[in-house]
Amino acid sequence: MITPLLVALGGAMGAALRFTLGKLLDGTFHVGTLTANTLACLVIGLAGGAALSGAAWALVATGFCGGLSTYSSFAVQARDRGARIGSAYVVLTLALGLGAAALGFRVAA
Amino acid sequence: MGSLLRWACGELVADGSGFPWTTFTINVVGCALLAGLELLPLARRSATWAAALGPGALGGFTTLSAASEQARGLLDEGRTALAGAYVLATLAVALLAVNVIGRLAPPLPEEDEL
Repeated sequence: MITPLLVALGGAMGAALRFTLGKLLDGTFHVGTLTANTLACLVIGLAGGAALSGAAWALVATGFCGGLSTYSSFAVQARDRGARIGSAYVVLTLALGLGAAALGFRVAA
Repeated sequence: MGSLLRWACGELVADGSGFPWTTFTINVVGCALLAGLELLPLARRSATWAAALGPGALGGFTTLSAASEQARGLLDEGRTALAGAYVLATLAVALLAVNVIGRLAPPLPEEDEL
């Protein structure tokens, strides 16, 4: 019964942090959203490496990391930045995301 | 709200050990809904509602972290082709959805793209 509350709590914190980073850093290039997504991937990698489960996984991974990261904003931003900047944004986001998850997992495992 | 809905989807249909269809669907649907947000009269009328629904609810609903961690897991299991297919299919279908829905909907204000 407590799991959905933890997901909602973590998700609200993550989304608020993503929104703040976006407001502060997003410009011609979406540095804020890129930072939020990369940070979320690093943290979920750490959580996976530390083998978090149950309530801790719900709060940190499903909630906080899920709220901090976004695919919808990323995809819409990529489309609106045109072919060159949009492609660079896509490659950077996906590569940094996968790299950060792998790094976090190895550090914590 | 978005995170809760994503969690509920995962509880109903959990991602198995193969292609993570649930997370894939969540991300594609979330992208389509954000691109079509301005079709909603409520979002057009109120900037606050648009921010709450777009960056708030849909940003929380979709996730790059889970997708990256799943791809990382598949790579570590040596399932390179499946990991590549998952990353590229999510990207391709999400961008396709954004472009198709985006053609029907009024453009999204910059601040609602966060």
